[in-house]
Amino acid sequence: MARLIIEAGRTERQYWRDLWRYRELFAFLAWRDLLIRYKQTAVGVAWAVLRPFLTMLALTLVMKVSKLKGDGASPVPLFVFSAMLPWQFFSTALSESGTSLITNSNLISKVYFPRLVVPASSVITSFVDFLIAAVFMAGLMIWYHFAPPWSVAALPIFVLLTFGASFGVGLWIAALMVKYRDFRFVVPFLVQFGLYAAPVFVMTRDIPEKWRLAYSLNPVVGIIDGFRWCVLGGANGLYWPGQVASLAGVAVLIVTGLWYFRKTERSFADII
Amino acid sequence: MSEPVISIEHLSKRYVLGHQAANGDGLRHALENLLLAPGQWLTRRRERRQAAHEEFWALKDVSFEIQQGDVVGIIGRNGAGKSTLLKILSRITEPTRGRIAIEGRVASLLEVGTGFHQELTGRENIFLNGAILGMSKAEIKRKFDEIVAFSEVEQFLDTPVKRYSSGMYVRLAFAVAAHLEPEILIVDEVLAVGDAAFQKKCLGKIQDVSSRGRTVLFVSHSMPTILRLCKRVILLQRGAVAGDGPAEEMTRKYLSSGTDRAAERVWADRDKAPGDDVARLHSVRVRNAQGAVTESIDISEPFEIEVEYWNLQERLKPTVSIHFINEDGVLLFVTNDFVNPQWWSSARRPGLVRSRCLVPAHLLAEGQFFILAALCSYNPDRLHALERDVVCFQTVDQHDLDRVREKYTRVWPGALRPRLEWKVEEIQR
Repeated sequence: MARLIIEAGRTERQYWRDLWRYRELFAFLAWRDLLIRYKQTAVGVAWAVLRPFLTMLALTLVMKVSKLKGDGASPVPLFVFSAMLPWQFFSTALSESGTSLITNSNLISKVYFPRLVVPASSVITSFVDFLIAAVFMAGLMIWYHFAPPWSVAALPIFVLLTFGASFGVGLWIAALMVKYRDFRFVVPFLVQFGLYAAPVFVMTRDIPEKWRLAYSLNPVVGIIDGFRWCVLGGANGLYWPGQVASLAGVAVLIVTGLWYFRKTERSFADII
Repeated sequence: MSEPVISIEHLSKRYVLGHQAANGDGLRHALENLLLAPGQWLTRRRERRQAAHEEFWALKDVSFEIQQGDVVGIIGRNGAGKSTLLKILSRITEPTRGRIAIEGRVASLLEVGTGFHQELTGRENIFLNGAILGMSKAEIKRKFDEIVAFSEVEQFLDTPVKRYSSGMYVRLAFAVAAHLEPEILIVDEVLAVGDAAFQKKCLGKIQDVSSRGRTVLFVSHSMPTILRLCKRVILLQRGAVAGDGPAEEMTRKYLSSGTDRAAERVWADRDKAPGDDVARLHSVRVRNAQGAVTESIDISEPFEIEVEYWNLQERLKPTVSIHFINEDGVLLFVTNDFVNPQWWSSARRPGLVRSRCLVPAHLLAEGQFFILAALCSYNPDRLHALERDVVCFQTVDQHDLDRVREKYTRVWPGALRPRLEWKVEEIQR
């Protein structure tokens, strides 16, 4: 028979074992979010394609009007979409996981389970949207008769990096939002503003040399650059110091995110 | 004596009240201080920390043990620490001090239908809810048919639960929980929902669980349910164990706590009495035909339930509603003082109001009765206060003349015992 000891500060030791035990709940929560995501919508899953498609149209228009050339080699819609793809994944994943604790507050205050399950499962939901949009991207490339370079094989690495970045930020926001609901307003702003701070219209190499490394401290910069390099290759060579900075940034986000989440987790049920 | 399955030692839980107050403007405060007056940041911070020092001990040094197979009831007034205790036992929140050792798998049911999603179908919700309560997918699959049969919603399995009636919803939710098969089951006041037939089924299930050697911890405000299910009862008062013993003794102690008698309840402090900014309860009493406060009512005499409350405004018209509940937990009837047309049409002024409900002789059967008192107003409908088991009384039938039972001395069944008129005549000779 299982013996359970409950003491102040005790949860630490049982936590990671519990996390493994609750892996099925993790899957169920992700499954639930997928099921309900497009219920009672007329076009359903098509939204996963429609959203990035419409944003791409708008951004392409912006680029044409402001006479930005992208990388000069690939078609402008492809140039924009290759950045929109990771950006949409990152932004929806971080806002979904950021609000996940609040939207599941009835669970938090009534049942025990390792709370990490909640923000983690909501990142998965956004990943499914990402996959659908990626298929759309492939279609777009066929339309433009654009053959991907060999570097496309490195794409999973950058997908993983996006996962990490959004999960890290999501953990911070989720934990902070339990206490400060202000973040409900901060997140949409962050996402909106972030689009302009990320190299969607421009390329990192267009940034003046002396600012480039500082600019790359934003982990999303390295991720978007990486995506472009994988999908479009050619002129989109990697800026290696930026890649290292981005990787380090993601690592810091995940580690500090986990640390802060674990630190505040025990009081979630009391203040949510 | 068998080994205890739950042993709780010196358990305490502290809540910091300042915490909650700082919640709303915490971030703003922090940012403002940082931006506008960086120098004051440190000093302000100290001030805030002092403000946050208002502490509240929801549980203070609670210790007890529970043996395998026991069905233990936990009772206490609102704020006595019952929910906190259950939340700590179910690991939702951490204790501040103390230690609990639990042998076996715990399932806690603090709410019926936790995690049910309105948009999902009954079938999907069974899986989701099962997983949330700690069942594995294989386990849910194995018990799926049983759960469906218990819930009686076979036809609607593929309908989103938002189209369910509230009864169906509760039945499905309880059905999932009832098939958990834990070694220790923790239940909080979940039976207050659903119709009488379903409640009976749930109680049966809990009894069933305990008869198979499982341990059940049961929190309820319903004394009849507690009396029926539990042999041992733990009474909590302001975060501490105020009594631990046989159910009858403890429920009696609970009902009479605060005042000397179970037939009287007075809230001396108006601001802490149940209610809101419209109306607050002041007292509830059971008075016999002579006007004396008593727990013992003669079945052949009229008596009254007296409710005094503070009306605090002029806009709404608060009314008193009382429910009569017998020892089986059956709600016999509800009555409301708006049946008095004169009072209903009169204007309300702030002050203390006394509403008396006159109960005629020969209405209730013998037994124990519990009163639920509520203050509400209508158009718009608002509930200002609601207190379960606020007072209780016993009816006695003294086996004299002029009774419903006349000279019949054996058990007279029925929840009510009205003295009705009979017309009898010979129609054929």
